[in-house]
Amino acid sequence: MTTFFNELHDRFPELVRSVEEPVSNQVVILLNGPDVTAMVKHFLAEFQARIVTVFAEDRVNLEGVFYVYYVFDRPGDKSWVILKTPIPENVPSFPSLAAELPAINWQEREIQDWFGLEAAGHPNPRRVALHDNWPDVHPLRKSFPLDSVLPPLEGERHVYRPTYGEGVFQIPVGPVHAGVIEPGHFNFAVAGEPILYLQLRMFYTHKGTEKLFENLPIHRAVFLAESISGDSAFSHGTAFCQAVERAAEIEVPKRAQFMRTILLELERIANHVADVGAIATDVGFAIANAHAGRVRELVVGLNEALTGSRVLRGMVAVGGVRRDWQRDQVEAIGKTLNVVEREFRDLVAIIQSSDSTRDRLEHTGILRPDKALTLGIVGVAGRASGIDRDIRRDHPYEAYSQLPFKVPVYQAGDVRHRMQVRIDEVGESFQLIRAALARLPEGSHHAPTQPMPPGRCAMGAVEGWRGEIVHWVRTGEGNRIERCKVKDPSINNWPAIVEAVEGNIIADFPVINKSFNLSYSGTDR
Amino acid sequence: MFNILQKSFSIGSATADYPNIPPRLAEQFRGCPEFDFDAWSDARPAAEVCPTGAIALHDGDSLRDVTVDYGRCIFCGECAEASADGAVRITRNFELAVTDRRDLVLTAEYTLHPDGSHAELQSTNSGPSAEIPARRIAAAIHHLLGRSLSIRQVDAGSCNGCEQEIVALNNPVHDIERFGIHFVASPRHADMLLVTGPVTRNMELALRKTWAATPEPKVVVAVGACGIGGGIFGTNYATMGGVDAVIPVDVYIPGCPPRPEALLHGILLALGQVRQSMGSHPRR
Repeated sequence: MTTFFNELHDRFPELVRSVEEPVSNQVVILLNGPDVTAMVKHFLAEFQARIVTVFAEDRVNLEGVFYVYYVFDRPGDKSWVILKTPIPENVPSFPSLAAELPAINWQEREIQDWFGLEAAGHPNPRRVALHDNWPDVHPLRKSFPLDSVLPPLEGERHVYRPTYGEGVFQIPVGPVHAGVIEPGHFNFAVAGEPILYLQLRMFYTHKGTEKLFENLPIHRAVFLAESISGDSAFSHGTAFCQAVERAAEIEVPKRAQFMRTILLELERIANHVADVGAIATDVGFAIANAHAGRVRELVVGLNEALTGSRVLRGMVAVGGVRRDWQRDQVEAIGKTLNVVEREFRDLVAIIQSSDSTRDRLEHTGILRPDKALTLGIVGVAGRASGIDRDIRRDHPYEAYSQLPFKVPVYQAGDVRHRMQVRIDEVGESFQLIRAALARLPEGSHHAPTQPMPPGRCAMGAVEGWRGEIVHWVRTGEGNRIERCKVKDPSINNWPAIVEAVEGNIIADFPVINKSFNLSYSGTDR
Repeated sequence: MFNILQKSFSIGSATADYPNIPPRLAEQFRGCPEFDFDAWSDARPAAEVCPTGAIALHDGDSLRDVTVDYGRCIFCGECAEASADGAVRITRNFELAVTDRRDLVLTAEYTLHPDGSHAELQSTNSGPSAEIPARRIAAAIHHLLGRSLSIRQVDAGSCNGCEQEIVALNNPVHDIERFGIHFVASPRHADMLLVTGPVTRNMELALRKTWAATPEPKVVVAVGACGIGGGIFGTNYATMGGVDAVIPVDVYIPGCPPRPEALLHGILLALGQVRQSMGSHPRR
């Protein structure tokens, strides 16, 4: 580690101002200016580093600058590397890396929209998070009040890239979709049945979440974190709590760590089971979905017995969990899991015995491993396309370092294998929970409450059922949050859908989309 | 094929007979909080911890107005834990849907001690009038719309939490189709819009257009704390608050998210509204 930073100092003597590790396994490299391009290229080439997220912070009132942060992850290294670059108020611009790193295309444009900092050289610098018809406002600047009432939006309309050719036409879909799903707009260019090109427009559900975190008392902010993506309430809540706990140096009791681990895996099981059923539905195999829906009810019933909520809300808290478990609750976990495991095995057997279903899933919606790597795809979708990455193993948190589990990885990258990753992971989750139950420590479920020191920064990262969830916080005065950046795995993975649908028939779009099952609200916040 | 049949026979019927039989709730299930206004010695701790502002205080000269809005409550249980006097209790009640938004709001007025705790309860307004039990409404459905109701769900900005429970209405356990109710792909085919919120600025136009595309007679059901009043997101630069800030709403279903039975209760309640509006809109 030390050699790595000495070498950085030697190579970029003008650029590096300081290297610190304020939080264990989170190294912050403060630079003298915004020009990170050379250093980032060095990171990518020499260390096979991967960009996790990029985000900004308004410190103009206190330090006279904005900061843009770049978070990197290096294979085989448990530390996150965070580049922190000051952007002067009078030159509100930072160099765009989106051409080299398509994973941050939207995140750089978010910074443009929200902070009014220009991503200089961005290949497509149009509005993304605030739609085209918004007035010229930058809501995440501290000078912009949260409760600002904007006039009715009457600006320009979004222009999609036109497609030309004999028999080529465009199909606009959304934002209100045909099923019970979240809103977004898909613009398909098709030549007959095959899809030539898909354009996405998101952020229909932008709710000002990151602005809402600012000045929010921390105990209330946990509930906001639970509402970022409703199917990942516990994962997002935990990532947020971890960030605060690391910033404030709060030690979470062992028992709470194990309880959190069990609940994180129950969230994974419930969602994976539902997804396996939904994928079957989208190729017309409804009976499998009926069984999946029934199995999911068993899991959410257990959730309710463990947390009071079918979707695990109101349980996680800074310092641990809100409620302890009695012996009968703990026993219910093992008993229910036995039933769920048997039922899930039958469900998988039913799906696998159907040749017509397999035929629809195999070679459909292929995301090639080289593309997945370039696009920075994470989570289930990444692991189905050769990306061997899982935060639970690579940056262990809660009880994961003490529990055995395997990370399934496939190369095929089609719908069938995105389903297979889920099936394998459900199996691993059963084993994980059983191992955690066998070693569930006695003791407190919550660390003693203490006032939070202000001005501390830290990151929390959780492998949610969909993929990598990151929260970065700065604590403020009076037990409040000063800034919270939220990165849902979905924002990384939308470009994968664009890639995977190309050349597929439009009738297969629903099942391809479902095999990724990305969160619109997590993307839009 | 054989294994599919065998599995289906071995399971039998998985459907729970709500509303004829109350659902099996876990002992730990959190329904809405209940307030004993007479015994409540201090509302400040509960208001302090309430994440959505569902419990709000307005202190004047030695007087305090307390407002409890079930429409914004997310059933987190924090108010009960924070109130040392035991005046706030978490119940197992989830059948909370109403046709009048005001019925979700309780108010109480207290005189205060110098330290800010309550001296005497001056008045209360206990909000919800007696609601019609879901069972009775279900009986009415046989006379309606040839035993079928078509719902178009609209996510106008939700976190996807409510959508999960709405999807669960279609699974074999909750099986909403047993009432002749089904979800349709277009608002043009719908009798009812089931809308989740908060309504974002970016979804406002799409929601208005969807409402305009739905033929009369139609009813609108606002789902969840966000759909009713913006929930934890409230009204800010990016959100308009609840659904009724944009289109007229007939029924409100509290919860975060409302459990499937709570949704069913609200949808059945809204069916009564369909019947009423059919009276005023004779079939052409």
